[in-house]
Amino acid sequence: MAILVDQTIRLVVQGVTGREGEFHTRQTLDYGTPVVAGVTPGKGGQFACEGRVPVFDTVQEAVAATGANTSVMYVPAPFAPDAIIEAADAGLGLIVCITEGIPVHEMIRVKAYLDLKGVRLIGPNSPGLLTPGQAKVGIMPGHITMPGPVGVVSRSGTLTYEIVSALTARGIGQTTCVGIGGDPIIGTRFVEVLALFEADPETQAVVLIGEIGGNDEEAAARFIAERMTKPVVAFIAGRTAPPGKRMGHAGAIIEGGTGTAAEKIAALEAAGVRVAEHPEQIARLVEEELG
Amino acid sequence: MKLHEYQSQRIFAQYGIPVQEGEVATTPQEARALAEQIGCPVVIKAQVLVGGRGKAGGIQWAQTPQEAEAIAARILSLQIKGLPVRKVLVTRAADIRQEIYLGIGVDRAAACPVMMASAEGGVDIEEVARTSPEAIRKVRVDPFVGLRDYQTRYLAKSIGLSPSLHRDFGRIAQGLYRSFVECDASLAEINPLVVTSAGTLLALDAKIVLDDNGLFRHPDLAQLRDIDEETPSERAAREAGLSFVQLDGHIGCMVNGAGLAMATMDLIRHFGGMPANFLDIGGGARAERVAAALRLILADPRVKAILINIFGGITRCDEVARGIVSVLDEVRPDLPIVARLVGTNEAEGRAILERSGYRILTATTLAEAAQKAVAAAQSS
Repeated sequence: MAILVDQTIRLVVQGVTGREGEFHTRQTLDYGTPVVAGVTPGKGGQFACEGRVPVFDTVQEAVAATGANTSVMYVPAPFAPDAIIEAADAGLGLIVCITEGIPVHEMIRVKAYLDLKGVRLIGPNSPGLLTPGQAKVGIMPGHITMPGPVGVVSRSGTLTYEIVSALTARGIGQTTCVGIGGDPIIGTRFVEVLALFEADPETQAVVLIGEIGGNDEEAAARFIAERMTKPVVAFIAGRTAPPGKRMGHAGAIIEGGTGTAAEKIAALEAAGVRVAEHPEQIARLVEEELG
Repeated sequence: MKLHEYQSQRIFAQYGIPVQEGEVATTPQEARALAEQIGCPVVIKAQVLVGGRGKAGGIQWAQTPQEAEAIAARILSLQIKGLPVRKVLVTRAADIRQEIYLGIGVDRAAACPVMMASAEGGVDIEEVARTSPEAIRKVRVDPFVGLRDYQTRYLAKSIGLSPSLHRDFGRIAQGLYRSFVECDASLAEINPLVVTSAGTLLALDAKIVLDDNGLFRHPDLAQLRDIDEETPSERAAREAGLSFVQLDGHIGCMVNGAGLAMATMDLIRHFGGMPANFLDIGGGARAERVAAALRLILADPRVKAILINIFGGITRCDEVARGIVSVLDEVRPDLPIVARLVGTNEAEGRAILERSGYRILTATTLAEAAQKAVAAAQSS
């Protein structure tokens, strides 16, 4: 078992002929995940990744020809909102957006539209998600993961790799690793992923990796206190971040005195979550929780 | 990207919001000439991209052109929260009967715009939000149907605005909403919006923060960037495509990924050091971008040690190492450098650093790297 993606995935890659798109599609294929189609408008009929992936002009054609059920996109920011809506209109139920730099007003409209259609979006500005041994969707390195009992959900990219690779080095595998993205408006938030992990029979513990900005971690803390039976271990990046400055991610900013690491850590601890002082403590805390 | 008050005011005026128009002066003499032209009394306001101008003495009344000149001279010599005042806005003074707050921003949790109004205008709205949150009334705006008139009537009524002003308030709120959406802003705010003694509404302040991710489709707004308000390193970072924030510690940091960069800073602090900066080189950085990042760190005279932490995924450790060595060959800095390169091509990366002949301390874990950097900074 896993959440969101497993071995039944049939992946279509939007932006497959771009530099990033083709590079990561090769790695996804090498991981054994079936990439059944690519989409780049104007390049229909060609093949990408050394002939391994047929390219279509539209998502609709790709779905009709290949039965694709999930999209991952590497489309540049100015065109990404359109590409997300195209994927939703083609009937895909899960869309994973790696693209960084989409204007917030575009994401507000896209998110409202997807909610109406009942389509799930992961991201944008996300490293994607990975179910070890089953499916790699996005840019997370496959070799740092291994199958096991821990669900990982994070707003960050390389920090997630750091923590996942420490878990793996200690022999603690993962059910699914989910990067929800570092933007202020994202398709899927902590609470929704926590609910999926709570319902997943294979997941025995969850690692939550948050950062400054917004109050998603506080919402997660309320959910954990009220609904979760599984142990959660957390890390919050940005204890030393100054207010009013955007720390790389568009969403990582302390505004109006809210969104600080201290508030998030306090909320999580009050919900019974053990919060690591630094990333390398997480694997040990998880080990203790798993007993 | 923050806009100055005078820039925001011009945008608001284009959306039909009544503003107290003024002109910008960069010298006391210009301020005096403007005061003569506008007619006294005037208000002289520091144009600087931080809040708290009033408390810092950056907003003052002048009864005569002579006084305007003297006050402008004083304000132009101020530093507000570390930023020198280079411009002042000179406007006609208004007779104020009531001050209210009107603003619009993004509600992240609800994923929509949220318009906020309060009867307590002219003060720090964040303070109001903390001490009496019930004094701020909010309406969420559906992006498909926009801000509706019933919502602006609700806001006007709930903050106790005279019914005779509800229609004008609605027009201003609609103008504010349109400016917010059409400029790709993340915040648009009028604080205070005043009722004048003549019984009309007037925007006495104007604040717009633009979404950096939306600037690509607003070349006209992108040109409003005031490069005087950036430090030279912030500007160099922006031009090199690096995410950089200056801090006041002594350990320079170079990391790939924003979350990991914050965690690295936190860990330096955890082991008793202070980070000199936040610096994310982004994903898949080439040697040139790495070199630009290292030059930025070396340009900070307070830096006593450098910590490079790379977890290679799309970023290749050999590219990072090449970038580092190219700068070391050119600058030959006398600073301890701790480099932790793991992931894609890490062996090649480490070999490049070793061959360079520079004494670079290495580490395998993040904690080890941070501890070494803290120790190196303390002993250098």
